[in-house]
Amino acid sequence: MRHLLSTGDLSRDEALLVLDTAAELAQVGDRSVKKLPTLRGRTVVNLFYEDSTRTRTSFELAAKRLSADVINFSAKGSSVSKGESLKDTALTLQAMGADSVVVRHNASGAAHRLAEWVDGAVLNAGDGTHEHPTQALLDVFTMRERLGRLDGLRVAIVGDVLHSRVARSNVLLLHTLGAEVTLVAPPTLVPVSVHTWPCSVSYDLDAVLPKSDVVMLLRVQAERMHDAFFPSAREYSRRYGLDAERFARMQDDAIVMHPGPMVRGMEISAEVADSTRTTVNEQVTNGVSVRMAVLYLLLGGS
Amino acid sequence: MDVMTPSSAAYLIRGARIAGGDAADILIRDGAIAEVGTGIDAAGAATVDAEGLVALPGLVDLHTHLREPGREDAETVAGGARAAAAGGYTAVHAMANTDPVADTAGVVEQVWRLGRESGHCDVRPVGAVTRGLGGVQLAELGAMADSAAGVRVFSDDGTCVSDALLMRRALEYVKAFDGVVAQHAQEPRLTEDAQMNEGVVSDRLGLAGWPSVAEEAVIARDCLLTEHVGSRLHVCHVSTKGSVQILRWAKSRGCNVTAEVTPHHLLLTDDLAESYDPVYKVNPPLRTAEDVHALREGLADGTVDCVATDHAPHPAEAKETEWATAAMGMLGLETALSVAQHTMIDTGLLDWPGLVERMSAAPARIGRLAGHGRPIAPGEPANVTLYDADTASDIDPAALASKSANTPFRGMRLPGRIQATFLRGVPTVLDGKIQ
Repeated sequence: MRHLLSTGDLSRDEALLVLDTAAELAQVGDRSVKKLPTLRGRTVVNLFYEDSTRTRTSFELAAKRLSADVINFSAKGSSVSKGESLKDTALTLQAMGADSVVVRHNASGAAHRLAEWVDGAVLNAGDGTHEHPTQALLDVFTMRERLGRLDGLRVAIVGDVLHSRVARSNVLLLHTLGAEVTLVAPPTLVPVSVHTWPCSVSYDLDAVLPKSDVVMLLRVQAERMHDAFFPSAREYSRRYGLDAERFARMQDDAIVMHPGPMVRGMEISAEVADSTRTTVNEQVTNGVSVRMAVLYLLLGGS
Repeated sequence: MDVMTPSSAAYLIRGARIAGGDAADILIRDGAIAEVGTGIDAAGAATVDAEGLVALPGLVDLHTHLREPGREDAETVAGGARAAAAGGYTAVHAMANTDPVADTAGVVEQVWRLGRESGHCDVRPVGAVTRGLGGVQLAELGAMADSAAGVRVFSDDGTCVSDALLMRRALEYVKAFDGVVAQHAQEPRLTEDAQMNEGVVSDRLGLAGWPSVAEEAVIARDCLLTEHVGSRLHVCHVSTKGSVQILRWAKSRGCNVTAEVTPHHLLLTDDLAESYDPVYKVNPPLRTAEDVHALREGLADGTVDCVATDHAPHPAEAKETEWATAAMGMLGLETALSVAQHTMIDTGLLDWPGLVERMSAAPARIGRLAGHGRPIAPGEPANVTLYDADTASDIDPAALASKSANTPFRGMRLPGRIQATFLRGVPTVLDGKIQ
């Protein structure tokens, strides 16, 4: 593994290695001194073209726990805002000796492009509506931790699949790991070729809920409503939102996941969001471990 | 190929297979074809040994972006004309989406004059249909038609004349001077922010889709409008199987519609976008193998009338970016004949006369371009291309004459090589070199 651009590039063994490594590294977080010397002297650049405090902080923490030097390069207030191209920025970081570039960009494929231009390991931290591999890895890590298995696990992914990099990465990774994925969304929010994806599709959340071990909710952005993907927030919520009543119809041990940030009252009600079966905060914690594992494996730490 | 006395005004082309037929000699004198036959003896004429080469009437492109005025960093009229000559072309139609837009007699005359000065290729300007390509008000089509440039092809290429009423008016108006409206068929609302063909690949890559229906719906509408007002329509760069079917249907009803297909749509498919390399980003986008197959069939049976390059030079910085911000378009002039041979001749779909019809005669006819697209016969203008169909080479962007290097055929092995191009008897390419 030279870069992490798509979960589709991970074999089953590679994916399991990331999860197992993350499980080991998670113990560091429980110590009073939360630090390993593994990546001492290595430089990790966080190159963020989109505001994402959550993901950037998680990567920063992961790198620092492995003793790497971390540079945060945000598009705002940098040479990027003066019109510098992605390629020139990449070459600049290269010249500074970055061993790894963690990139978040609003353009699909930006991480792929970057990987052609720099020698260091490129870690896709979310590219447009394409993929968000570490999110999917932390999601399956959380599933495995909570439910003890991935093989045969029935996972419903609910919401704006069309525009979701989280959904794309999860469908590919969960399929590789033997889970059965069902996408649930209004027909306007699934891609036209979704029948070629390794998953099933349903427009009916109520039919899928009782048969699911995991219900993963995706954030629904208000602007989708203005683009006529659905008539109103209220109607979306009625048909696809997870409220207490629907939650009660889920299996007793089924869990609810959300990549955050949540829109309470839209795709998830406050009661469900705060339930102990909702793993939002665990996902955040696990995110640090998974990102430590990926950095460790990519940078060949010893 | 040896040229014995290059300064001579007369050329004797020896042993060329005219449109792929039997070997014959062609004597060119005073800008015209003086004689065609075997064993021609012409004292004082420079001899061009063309044994084994195919002689074709000079190619005519209905769809070229020369970028001047405005984007001389990407291409100039003179540079584009040289690239055209290198590709075997003797005439190109320069699209109107320059800066300023070619929407007045002044701008089209400027482009026409620059072409004349270049001497490498006849440059026929295309006039914009609407002012500033704005899609709101008709440009002064009559003034451009009456200008020295003699514009007959009008197009807002790059954007679609999507307003049905405005399209109707344009179709009606050009009847007064035997013009044709060349439509860039793209329903704008269905293609907002569109990045590539909508389908399996776009869905996987997370790139916003450009659905086939956005092209097909406009073509269907325009064919019906054209029939209704009794005018003439040309459809630019047809890219989908459905478009071919609609055109076949419209022609069977007697609609006066013609259509073009680009070399890249005859060969390349949308899975190339998996590299996220914007050299493959073009509008309309690369489609699927099924579409490519239908386009080849449509070109073979005449549903699609001609090959047009949509040659679109872009500077490196417009392509060395993330996909979404990259410019759309690819080079085509210098590889068009090779791609056409590879996809249509070598597959047995067309013979050489069929290819001559689609790359020279038909485009000249559609553009009402006198003196081009004529057969290689005595008394005709000496616009002749000599082509070596029996060689093959790897496409090297750096070796192209164009100012830009954005060829999607980079690194591909393609057949053929232009050995010579004559424009009214003057060699613009000789011995494979631009003169």
